[in-house]
Amino acid sequence: MIIGEFFRGLFLMIWRVATDQPEAKADLLAVFPPSARPVISAVLTVSPIIGIFATLFALTTLLERKGLGRIQNRLGPNRVGPFGILQPVADGLKMLTKEDIIPRSADALVHFLAPVVLAVPTILAFAVLPYGRNLVPVDMDAGILFFFAVGASTELAIFMAGWSSRNKYSLLGAMRAIAQMISYEIPLIISSVSVIMIAGSLSPVEIIAQQGRYLAGGFVPHWFVLTPWGLAGFIMFLIASLAESNRSPFDIPEAESELIAGHLTEYSGFKYALFFMAEYFGMFAVSGLAVTLFLGGWHAPFEFLEIVPSYVWFFAKLMGLVCLFIWVRGTVPRLRVDQLLNFAWKFMLPLSLLNLVVAAVWHFTAAWEFPGAGLGRWLLGAVMIGVPYVWLGRALSGSKKITQRTYRFAD
Amino acid sequence: MLGEGIIKGMVETARNFVGSYSDPERLTTVEYPEDKIPAKENARNFPFLVYDGDDAARGLRCVACQICEKECPPKCIYIVKSKDKKPDYIGKPQFYPAVFDIDVSVCMSCQICVEVCPFEAIKMDTEFELSNPDRFGGLLQDKHRLAKSNEYYHKIHETEAAEVDARLAAEKAKAEAKARADAEAKAAAAAKAATAAATPKPAPNPTTVAPAK
Repeated sequence: MIIGEFFRGLFLMIWRVATDQPEAKADLLAVFPPSARPVISAVLTVSPIIGIFATLFALTTLLERKGLGRIQNRLGPNRVGPFGILQPVADGLKMLTKEDIIPRSADALVHFLAPVVLAVPTILAFAVLPYGRNLVPVDMDAGILFFFAVGASTELAIFMAGWSSRNKYSLLGAMRAIAQMISYEIPLIISSVSVIMIAGSLSPVEIIAQQGRYLAGGFVPHWFVLTPWGLAGFIMFLIASLAESNRSPFDIPEAESELIAGHLTEYSGFKYALFFMAEYFGMFAVSGLAVTLFLGGWHAPFEFLEIVPSYVWFFAKLMGLVCLFIWVRGTVPRLRVDQLLNFAWKFMLPLSLLNLVVAAVWHFTAAWEFPGAGLGRWLLGAVMIGVPYVWLGRALSGSKKITQRTYRFAD
Repeated sequence: MLGEGIIKGMVETARNFVGSYSDPERLTTVEYPEDKIPAKENARNFPFLVYDGDDAARGLRCVACQICEKECPPKCIYIVKSKDKKPDYIGKPQFYPAVFDIDVSVCMSCQICVEVCPFEAIKMDTEFELSNPDRFGGLLQDKHRLAKSNEYYHKIHETEAAEVDARLAAEKAKAEAKARADAEAKAAAAAKAATAAATPKPAPNPTTVAPAK
């Protein structure tokens, strides 16, 4: 009898998740004794998240290799399975069967712990993202704060990896990673503070709820990215999140042409796979946050499309951002360390601080009542952020003149 | 304006991305085991021994002089000289290699053996698929596997082979002319000697006895 109840509960859970209904786990949990329910509930929440994002990770590695290949007029992997779709399986098997090497002079304990310490916060960050209308693993009031808190702790793991390897490349890579991640943490957080200011809440669920309205007869969503401060904040958030997830053009911590693989140099086998996975998980998490903050979370772009299950929209937007990251990786060459830090401190930081002011002006002009007020405040915000952008861009890059280089001894 | 270049670059990569699907001409990839591009004429990978005519055993140009064996930097050539002689392309009796082995795994494709060979006997091949499941016997190539015809040489290195053939033909012609001249001179001397013997004279005349040469 209890087995029948179990399967009924399981089926109801899957059905309710698929159709966006609340309280999906209730019937399945009722089968278990009350003392076991919290643990079972946690397992039921965590395992799909890890499963889905591990699958997305595999798909993204393939998508990235295929996409980069096409961007460079190559075919990309096409040997394993039809059109190479089994390539992630082959990569995974290769990683798992490789020898796990620990350098003789490495700090064995820290060397072992670093990938674990990296993987845990990247998975923890998934806890506060709302994946659908009723799909929030942990509905936390200070969810955004929690996200940035666990996200910042990945820097510790990267430095542990670099330090414990006892390798000059690893240490240099880790130093660069620390400099880069601390520098870009600031614009990342400040650009998301503008959203928090407007929404008046640190809760991701509340922020998404505020973007759930539609204007112009249901064809213009009320997403924050469609406001001047939101657009600027979104772009700065994307740039900073590229740097946070160590992706090209900000991949200087693992610049293969300079540092072999940075902090990954001495890692092999499954530990390397963990680092690799954590990097992609970090990218998913930060893209998920960008979707939550600026792109309306799980809301559909048009009102009549709200009948499509909400999680479809969340993952569609997430994969859209991931594709944008791949596109940027295929286009932009790597920055130098000084360019990277100059960009963070001289350009991103002032603009993101200014963006706070623009968001404040937007907030206080909401009461404007004269005709054309909506367009007027949009233009005001756009000018307030656009003019300093152009001016700062000229001031920082205009001083250098590119001249014909002459080679005195080579001609 | 700042960021303009990045937008331009992203448009360019997007054009590549779409173009590689719509226009297969853009793709530079050759799917290797199925499709192969013919080797370039100046390609070189591993030496082979040239033979003239149809019979590899008789036509081998190598005379086992062992210069290549001595010059080879990684010492991958092993030669044993024969006890007997056989005629070469001119017809002059020469030694031939009883054993001529080259180790594929040691050869570094430097072409020094080809540069030093005075007999145009060893040349570089364009064949590069030399992998073998047997890492001992399979990678040590003996003279039967190394011997390839002059026609094959013409096929892979057309210009170079034509030059070599012209040079060899010139040498052969020169040698033949010299042999003919020698033979004529010898015949003339023999005739003179015969006539001198046929007309006996008590006192020998130095002008008539003097050799023809």
